[in-house]
Amino acid sequence: MNSPVEAISFYVFAAVTLGSAVGIVLSKNIVRAATCLLGTLGGVACLYFVLHANLLAAIQLIVYAGGTLILIVFGVMLTSKSPWAQFSPTRGQVAAAVVVAAMLAFSMCSLMLSADWSRPSGSLLESPKVAEVGKMLLTDYLVPFEVASVILLVVMIGAAYLARPEK
Amino acid sequence: MLDIGLNHYMVLSALVFALGLLCMVTKRNAIGILIGVELVLNAANINLVAFSRYQTGAGDGHIVAVFIILLAAAEAAIGIAIFMNFYNTLATIDVDRGDELRH
Repeated sequence: MNSPVEAISFYVFAAVTLGSAVGIVLSKNIVRAATCLLGTLGGVACLYFVLHANLLAAIQLIVYAGGTLILIVFGVMLTSKSPWAQFSPTRGQVAAAVVVAAMLAFSMCSLMLSADWSRPSGSLLESPKVAEVGKMLLTDYLVPFEVASVILLVVMIGAAYLARPEK
Repeated sequence: MLDIGLNHYMVLSALVFALGLLCMVTKRNAIGILIGVELVLNAANINLVAFSRYQTGAGDGHIVAVFIILLAAAEAAIGIAIFMNFYNTLATIDVDRGDELRH
């Protein structure tokens, strides 16, 4: 159905994504978690390329890896006396969290795999081109687009107000 | 095995979602919780794009994913501003210490 290159790249990038996500969960140190987040975001961006979502992959790399991640790293640097400071949850909390997350993952997988989708799993469709997505953004989705710009303005003012130095 | 379909992406996104949830509940560092939220939002985005490719073939999933990325960036900006205030008040970033409404 699809080329072996696509299959191999899916497995490679899925492994990168999942491996970095496990790294985030396991790392006690917040700087390491932020570095692992770069791997997850990059892996997801590559998966978008595999899915032929080129615009989204570029936005993911620019906004997430370029913007949000830098913001998180600045947050780490500004909010700890020592970047190596760590607080760990108790063993019981970790055990309960692992049980809940495993149950959630299992039930979501079984639910989605048993659901009756309108097309079979492997049926490939023509993916929308960047120009089509751009046109939809400025026609069908114009109101959400404008609301998003207002939200960004509100967030900019709000973040600057919240983070202002004490008088 | 070599025939990648919607199922593969759904399993991947379910696993990333569960790991994000695990990160959110096990980290006591506020920034760590924010990183967990980013993982959960990425899991949702993987599903949206995969459904766009394998089920609908339209660009709607991509556009919703763009808005999710935008809101994630906004949420991170506001969240970090709040955490900086939290840190200025309590001199720690441990969320377990933030158990009072007034200081």
